[in-house]
Amino acid sequence: MLSVTGLTMRFGGLKAVDDLSFEARAGEITAVIGPNGAGKTTVFNCITGFYRPSEGGIVLTDAEGARFALDRMPGHRIASRAKVARTFQNIRLFAGMTVLENLLVAQHNVLIRASGFTLLAVLGVGRYRAAEAHGLEKARHWLDRIGLIDRADDPAGALPYGAQRRLEIARAMCIDPVLLCLDEPAAGLNPRETDALNALLLAIRADGCTLLLIEHDMGVVMRISDHIVVLDHGKKIADGTPAEVRADPAVIAAYLGEGDEDEEAA
Amino acid sequence: MKSAVRDAGLSALVALGLFAPLIGLVTENGDHGLELRGRPLAAAAVVVLVFLGRLLMLTRAAHIAPPVVSGPSPAMVRAGRALAPALLVFALVLPFGGSRYYVDLATLVLTYIMLGWGLNVVVGLAGLLDLGYVAFYAVGAYSYALLAVNFGLGFWSCLPLAGILAAFWGVLLGFPVLRLRGDYLAIVTLAFGEIIRIVLNNWVSLTNGPNGITGIPRPTLFGLRFSMDGGEGTFAGFFNMEPETIQRVIFLYYVILGLALLTNWFTLRLRRTPLGRAWEALREDETACRSLGINVTNTKLTAFAIGAMFGGFAGAFFATRQAFISPESFTFIESATVLAIVVLGGLGSQLGVALAAIVMVGGLELLRAFLSFLADQMGSPIFAGIANELPLYRMLIFGLALVVVMVLRPRGMVSTRTPTVLLVARGQG
Ligand SMILES: Nc1ncnc2c1ncn2[C@@H]1O[C@H](COP(=O)(O)OP(=O)(O)OP(=O)(O)O)[C@@H](O)[C@H]1O
Ligand SMILES: [Mg+2]
Repeated sequence: MLSVTGLTMRFGGLKAVDDLSFEARAGEITAVIGPNGAGKTTVFNCITGFYRPSEGGIVLTDAEGARFALDRMPGHRIASRAKVARTFQNIRLFAGMTVLENLLVAQHNVLIRASGFTLLAVLGVGRYRAAEAHGLEKARHWLDRIGLIDRADDPAGALPYGAQRRLEIARAMCIDPVLLCLDEPAAGLNPRETDALNALLLAIRADGCTLLLIEHDMGVVMRISDHIVVLDHGKKIADGTPAEVRADPAVIAAYLGEGDEDEEAA
Repeated sequence: MKSAVRDAGLSALVALGLFAPLIGLVTENGDHGLELRGRPLAAAAVVVLVFLGRLLMLTRAAHIAPPVVSGPSPAMVRAGRALAPALLVFALVLPFGGSRYYVDLATLVLTYIMLGWGLNVVVGLAGLLDLGYVAFYAVGAYSYALLAVNFGLGFWSCLPLAGILAAFWGVLLGFPVLRLRGDYLAIVTLAFGEIIRIVLNNWVSLTNGPNGITGIPRPTLFGLRFSMDGGEGTFAGFFNMEPETIQRVIFLYYVILGLALLTNWFTLRLRRTPLGRAWEALREDETACRSLGINVTNTKLTAFAIGAMFGGFAGAFFATRQAFISPESFTFIESATVLAIVVLGGLGSQLGVALAAIVMVGGLELLRAFLSFLADQMGSPIFAGIANELPLYRMLIFGLALVVVMVLRPRGMVSTRTPTVLLVARGQG
């Protein structure tokens, strides 16, 4: 599905990601873990086109076998063509707009094509009506799944924190992604919300979407991921199933030892 | 209490420094050219006012709770909903009741409302700070003027052209600069506004430079001219009426009313399309937009182009109403005024922009008229003096209003946002 080879990202003299290679297999949840500042978010930013990698390649192959060189595509194309969606470490919702509008904006490319580049929509002509109804239906479906149907018409910024996290995931799912990249989705959630999140992510995987997950909460990582990549100082130090990674002495030394402290601090 | 007095004294001192030259000194045409005359009393009055005002503010400050930013009360919402139709009806019947003075004033106000609504697309919806909006106003005005004077084209055929040309310049400007954010974009647009004005001033062979373009034709009503001869093919001749200037004035009023309403209708519809939602999303978070596959540059460009197009329409109207244009009409002050109207009214709020334009453009003029009326009635030189000088303080009053509104209502006079789509309403309809 996603294959990253020799990825290097330099910021001035700092090598945030150093010759990183890994695979995320289709239909699996791949977790990327590592201590603070290990370069996880930077990897995501390279995959989703926010940074141009200094070196290396990122190739996405979808179910039909089409290949996209993500390292050379403009950011918005990665979402619209290659269908890679993402969420952000610090939530980025359209806070002033309603929950429903957030989900409609995510379907922008489909809707704008149906709107005849806006003209049909301004005049309120047939084809667009149907497309909009379909878009609303999809939004309603996701609102049901994340349990926010009652708050559909409230501003997104007025939601409690956990709900905002779920909404951001739903919004990303509204672009019909083949690969969903989640940057610390469980950060700041209480145990009940974390369980709900696990269930949601497993359901998304069951629907056939591949997931790439950055997470500090080891409970979440160990329970739901199929495959874990461990970074430290921009380098990959381990790669395997949860059981393998947990037993890896390098990981214990580099990560789990200090990771515990990190979690308490967070 | 002591510190309050000291603070108020300090304020009074600042006021003295400011107003001693501003209000305390006036120039007059005397026997030997300009003469300087002092007005110590007027200046002293203002300084005392500042002192007392500041003292009052400080001593009362403890009792006054800070403004609570909360949703509007149901009564206010109802009043707000009734306000727009009421204003519309008022605008429709205004020419029948008012004298030429009021129709002219209302035309001016409507021009600013239209400009405000046009700029609202760029600043209010898409969140792009444009300090050079007057450039598109100028492009529209000169497009019509040049096409009409050189090729004899009429107003109605030039109107779309003026809009398209303005939009074209909007795209041309937007292409290189829209990758800039916030402050940088504001500075570049500011520069663009100045460049257009300077080009108009210096390209004498095309624009006649600072002397401007005269004899710009007036619009026709389905081919009927509004000329004073009253003969064949004129409005008065066709309807067998005495030809009067007021007919043309009223016609122009309805033209700008129609244009403004068209702008409003179009904008309100646009807001509910995917494009309009993308604009608002862009204003809220550009990065998130990109992650959802929205082509940020193109989306910004459309906002710029559509805003510019409305500016161009307004410009063409301005040219036809004045029958004369020169670069002097398109200075930065115009951009600033329109932007102030948008910010005062509430970014993104159509009603707010209309109210702000009415208050800031119309209200001030009405206040002046009222004061000079009072002065005539009572023979009072004080009112006459204030009325005469009020226009000079226009920008001061503008600035003051901006500061007050920004302190009390940081998001503008009308700050509620109507969602573009509701899930609940769908169940009913
Ligand atoms: N735009 C940037 N410019 C310069 N340095 C950057 C930039 N982005 C990230 N870095 C640096 O790269 C390193 C990796 O950062 P990154 O955000 O990828 O870490 P992370 O693994 O996501 O950490 P965390 O768990 O705290 O989110 C850090 O040292 C950071 O300071
Ligand atoms: Mg991070």
